Amino acid sequence: METVTTPRNARSEPESDGAAVLEIRGLLTRFPGEPVPATVVNDVSLSVRAGETLAVVGESGSGKTMTFVSAMGLVAHPGRVIAGEALLSGIDLLKLPAKELRKRRGAEIAMVFQDPLSGLNPVFRIGDQIMAVIRAHRALSRTDARKEAVRLLERVHIPDAGRRVDDYPHQLSGGMRQRALIAMAIALGPKVLIADEPTTALDVTVQAQILELLSEIQAETGMAMVLITHDLGLVARHADRVAVMYGGRVVEQGALDAIFKRTRHPYTVALFRSIPHLDTPADSDLTPIQGQPPNPSRLPKGCAFAPRCYLAQDRRDCLERSPTLAAADSPGHLSACHHWHDLAAEGDKAR
Amino acid sequence: MTDQPLAETENAILELDNVTKVFESAGFLGRKPSHAVRAVDGVSLRIDRGETLGLVGETGSGKSTIGRLVLRLEDPTSGHIAFEGTDITGLGTRQVRKLRQRMQMVFQDPYGSLDPRMTVRDLIAEPMIVHGAPAAEIPARLEQIMLQVGLNPRMADRYAHEFSGGQRQRIGVARALVLDPSLLVLDEPVSALDVSIQAQILNMLRDIQRTRNIAYLFIAHDLAVVRHISHRVAVLYLGRIVETGPRDEIYERPRHPYTVSLLSSVPVPDPDMERRRNRIVLHGEISSGTAVPAGCRFHPRCFRARMIAAQGKGPTIERAGAVLPVRCVEDDPPLSGEGTHQAACHFPLAPQETVDILATGKRGAAHARNADPPGYAPPRIAGSDI
Repeated sequence: METVTTPRNARSEPESDGAAVLEIRGLLTRFPGEPVPATVVNDVSLSVRAGETLAVVGESGSGKTMTFVSAMGLVAHPGRVIAGEALLSGIDLLKLPAKELRKRRGAEIAMVFQDPLSGLNPVFRIGDQIMAVIRAHRALSRTDARKEAVRLLERVHIPDAGRRVDDYPHQLSGGMRQRALIAMAIALGPKVLIADEPTTALDVTVQAQILELLSEIQAETGMAMVLITHDLGLVARHADRVAVMYGGRVVEQGALDAIFKRTRHPYTVALFRSIPHLDTPADSDLTPIQGQPPNPSRLPKGCAFAPRCYLAQDRRDCLERSPTLAAADSPGHLSACHHWHDLAAEGDKAR
Repeated sequence: MTDQPLAETENAILELDNVTKVFESAGFLGRKPSHAVRAVDGVSLRIDRGETLGLVGETGSGKSTIGRLVLRLEDPTSGHIAFEGTDITGLGTRQVRKLRQRMQMVFQDPYGSLDPRMTVRDLIAEPMIVHGAPAAEIPARLEQIMLQVGLNPRMADRYAHEFSGGQRQRIGVARALVLDPSLLVLDEPVSALDVSIQAQILNMLRDIQRTRNIAYLFIAHDLAVVRHISHRVAVLYLGRIVETGPRDEIYERPRHPYTVSLLSSVPVPDPDMERRRNRIVLHGEISSGTAVPAGCRFHPRCFRARMIAAQGKGPTIERAGAVLPVRCVEDDPPLSGEGTHQAACHFPLAPQETVDILATGKRGAAHARNADPPGYAPPRIAGSDI
């Protein structure tokens, strides 16, 4: 078989000294509530470099979507970003005037959402919707914008793009709608693309197609990508680095192999054990994580994961002190656990 | 192997014999109906007592329609469905209602399937009241069921909205179990739940099956989940079973190219294995039930047909933007194979071929993603079948 140079190989070692395109620092987002406000994003710091894919993993309510919604200044009232910075090429998006921010959204940082139907307006043709995005940022005539829309639809491999450009969203399949949304997101050549569960609503064979497409575009343009997902398989396949979120915080962060092979947070370990894999013995019982994810307005005093944690048991530090995210093992591998040493001592069995 | 020989039928709880369901669109202003959807097209299957049959397929494969046909929520256009040895195809409404004591359904959406104005007690007792259980028996039964599905009986007076998604799904299962059915139809029962909660529900379903010897028709799109819970698996494509067999056969030695490509599409949470694995990116998307391709219904998307044609084995024809074997384009292959593992393919894969294609073995050199299987023309994602 001939050697195929693949996007993954090209990406697997991003320049280590490359500057972050998007850097989120100490982000804190709250929604008011009685008796106490809900802290949905709690002191989150993340960064992603050009050409790199950062996977953000977590369950619903873990704050993974809200982190990026906050960074883009899109938190809906009455929620509010209380603290933190979201630096896009060094400029803090959260301090920009509304008009400036709007200019950058879409042009420099774009987002693709899970549900391809809600991202498209059902009463407008997809071509018109793509043209609206283009013409909001670039001075193009209708004719030229339409040409550009067709080119973009071809770029995302929509067959017969010249005809499809006049279709309404309902005339497209789920996979084609997601392609149209990706076309819209990359229309202005963003530096960062945030893909929020981009394939959760799609079938596996279509999922594979869409993610191949995103990798392909990334390899070509060198954009940074944030892949928000709960699917650890997708992470293994597509990510360069991983951040695991729980209860509004990043609890573990590091290079792909470090997170999967030298896991240093018990929540990440528990996630791996709770999921049925195609390669584990089929008759073995799964090890569920007991209990429920935490309520963001009733976060426990100590570690948010302590009530469900097999390491915490009744350890006092777990119940009383919230652990900070700090280096575990190596400088690039961070864990927010008082007892990550226990996991290192357990040995890194192949999971 | 968990499979029983097909001949032994007294153990069968459910049997579908060549069942077809066609949905016709209503005519408009006296005009003839414009199109008919063949949602289920000649499906035969059986489930034994205490057994789980996993039904996998993509959107539009007809898997949910099969569940609804089994429960007689839809009437089949042709074919027969037998439950506990009785043909239920022609039963009237009253008899069907009685039948539903013995077979129950668990739905995907734990939010939409429970009445928000009813307490857990009412929700779980409702099926017993509807089916005329003696009032004196209800409280004891309620407590027993709640314990079995892992709910604290003291929570019986709360409303569904006070529960999390996982707990609501437990309530849904309790409602289904309370009449002591012999078959549960579970339609995507965990796909709306968080990953950490899915395992709780899957383990509970397995425990319940062990203690009650209840049979499951488990409908899902998640291949890993289906593998975890099923004894046997049937893979659906456009309303037809394209491969069926004991679980390990399907997952370890799949023969149908569609099953192989499905399995290759599922990412494995292991970076090393992901680097090693080949993946088959299918051509295009599933066709619609209104325009089922002639011949083998999978041929427009099939990588295997392209491989076979490229190898020059037998006559070929140009179709769907590719050169394909004539047989694939013209003949609809029936399910065939030795024993219980059957595939509907003219050119089923041999076990070693499957290993080579999936490269799940230790082929260190082939870490290229998307590396094409030998003899395989590069995919044109822009399939002409859309």
